[in-house]
Amino acid sequence: MDFRPKESVEEFRRWIRGFVAEHLTEDMIERARRTGTFHDWGFHRALAATGVIAEGMAGPGRAGGRDPLELYVFFDELGLADAPFYGLANTMLVAGVVEQIGSAFHLAEVLPRFHRGEAIAALGYSEPGSGSDVAAAATRAERVPGDPEDEPVWLVNGQKMFTTLVHEAGYVILLTRTDPDVAKHRGLTMFLVPTDLPGISFQAVETMGGDRTNITYFADVRVPDRWRLGEVHGGWDVMKVALAYERGVFGNMNQGVSLLRRFTRWATETGAMDDTAVRKRLARIAIDNEITALLALRPALIASAGGLPTTEGSIAKLYASEAYNRAAEACLDMAGPEGLLGEPGDAWFVDHAARDAPVTTIYGGTSEIQRNNIAEHRLGLPRSR
Amino acid sequence: MDLEPTEDQKAVRSAFSEFFTDRCPISVVRAAEPLGFAADLWRRLAAMGVPGMALPEDAGGGASRADLILLLHEAGRVLAPVPLSAHLAASRLLLDTPWCAGVADGTLIAAPALRPTVDGLARLVPGGAVADVVVALDEDELVAVRGEAPMTAPVNHAAAPLADRYVRDDRGGRVVLARGEDAARRHAALRREWQLYTAATLTGLAERALESAVAYTLEREQFGKPIGAFQAVQQGLADLVGPLDGIRLLTARAAWCADEGDPAEAGRLAVMAFLAATEVARTTTYRAVHFHGGYGVTLEYDIQLYFRRARGWPLVLGDPDEEYRALADDLFGAVGGV
Repeated sequence: MDFRPKESVEEFRRWIRGFVAEHLTEDMIERARRTGTFHDWGFHRALAATGVIAEGMAGPGRAGGRDPLELYVFFDELGLADAPFYGLANTMLVAGVVEQIGSAFHLAEVLPRFHRGEAIAALGYSEPGSGSDVAAAATRAERVPGDPEDEPVWLVNGQKMFTTLVHEAGYVILLTRTDPDVAKHRGLTMFLVPTDLPGISFQAVETMGGDRTNITYFADVRVPDRWRLGEVHGGWDVMKVALAYERGVFGNMNQGVSLLRRFTRWATETGAMDDTAVRKRLARIAIDNEITALLALRPALIASAGGLPTTEGSIAKLYASEAYNRAAEACLDMAGPEGLLGEPGDAWFVDHAARDAPVTTIYGGTSEIQRNNIAEHRLGLPRSR
Repeated sequence: MDLEPTEDQKAVRSAFSEFFTDRCPISVVRAAEPLGFAADLWRRLAAMGVPGMALPEDAGGGASRADLILLLHEAGRVLAPVPLSAHLAASRLLLDTPWCAGVADGTLIAAPALRPTVDGLARLVPGGAVADVVVALDEDELVAVRGEAPMTAPVNHAAAPLADRYVRDDRGGRVVLARGEDAARRHAALRREWQLYTAATLTGLAERALESAVAYTLEREQFGKPIGAFQAVQQGLADLVGPLDGIRLLTARAAWCADEGDPAEAGRLAVMAFLAATEVARTTTYRAVHFHGGYGVTLEYDIQLYFRRARGWPLVLGDPDEEYRALADDLFGAVGGV
């Protein structure tokens, strides 16, 4: 047991803090909140210019790259500062997958654009009929008959749900059904396609939490084979790489920290902080935040040591998101009617947290899916689905 | 940075695990009721040098808190009917008293009065029923008092060796350890020490209770299959894992901070770990009883032993609400403060 932070990691933390202090403006935060687009091209390009996207994440079979623990700290700091980092997280994730299994074409055409901050990626996994059961994807990709000498072309039809940032993204990673007649995991193929191909369109979906996401439609989209990622019918293998690559590193889970900080400031200004009942509830949130921090650190440490966290990621995600919901509900109660006000200033962040928290127990694997993982792989209970 | 025990610490843990598994089967816990003390188990622990572990090395101890919480975790798993948290926490204050050697070798048992005395009476002292030396905050004095262990406890929820102890009787010996602010400060530190140890004990208790529940749901069949195969049951059990891992890590971090000489942070984390462990042990044992169905509430089944101790062990400190308030003062400053 040694809780002393690694010096290299702390040095990186100081660096990202300095970068955020210099480049992140209140305007950017406010714009992201107003538009629901948690991506800012100016901030993103400034970060890309430091080389942090290109450095990527160290891992088995990869020379160089950032310690996963550093990347965990990176997103932790961005989250604490309310920086709009969704585009960055998507892009670093997809860039990592491309590096591992992208074709020479992807490596030459797409990767440098990700690295330079010219393009970001959106994730096209979920569909109207498949969320938790992501392998049930029905978006169809069919080989177009043609001259065997020519590059094959795939005709893609279907729709993807929750393609957050597709309206800003140059590319979307796309899980398709290429063989409907075999077991669902074995008939999938992944593509990474440019979003400006003819036949791709999208429609905004506004959410209760203020995030803007999208539905993306694919109508007779002709996708040349060079955009395929991984083997034909090997889409599930690509999914596994994507999920493993993430390893609980990309994204800040501890949203209760920023909420507690803001609430404490508000409660001090309004005098609510003198209320014993308020103080007790805030102390509870502080405990949950400490526990969340430790549970969220664990998968990053395992990845940093070259391991592959599995249930540790599920445990952290489940605890963090449930704790955030508890905290948001408690803050809503404590703020009383003022917590209902949605305008900037005052206790707007309470209304925001109360609207934002529920999605966290849904995206990235619902609480039920996480509990299934924990029940099966940690507690040794029989597989139940 | 490493959240898991070192190889040495794992060896320590498995040695204690083996010891408690061998020497403290549940029959020992049952036989020790209602007093909640197994003298034979205490003697065996003493033979291993456990009672002195929290003392400095030259007084027969030298264990780090990181090691102590591993010991207490294992003791908690088997509900060991020995007042380890109480004795180890109190022992730290007895270094310069005539009873130090006895406390270190276990011939004397020490216990801390966690709440201030009223007219010299310390109420429901944990370990007080079997303690030879009681440490208490008596008005503005922190005192250590040598007295007769009553060896009987009022019937209580946890079958814990609690007793009221009068600390103004100096016939057996009474030492004033500190006065005034120093006394209050050292008593507060004693409480935090006990909270850290109790958090570790409760973590072990909760861990074992969850294991028992899982094992039972795999064994018990209804509707033609083990009830542990039903998602409704699985989800309720899976919910307990994160909080359990959380209190284990938080307790470890508190211990580590104390070992590293950061008492302010260590104290804050110890209170957090204690409050979280209190809640987690309650929730876990409630569900563990629940998933045992009707059998869970019968005295014949062991899970009720865990349920009762999960509540009884931490509650001797007082209403947890008071601790939440104290924690808030620590985190946010006192009311009306600057």
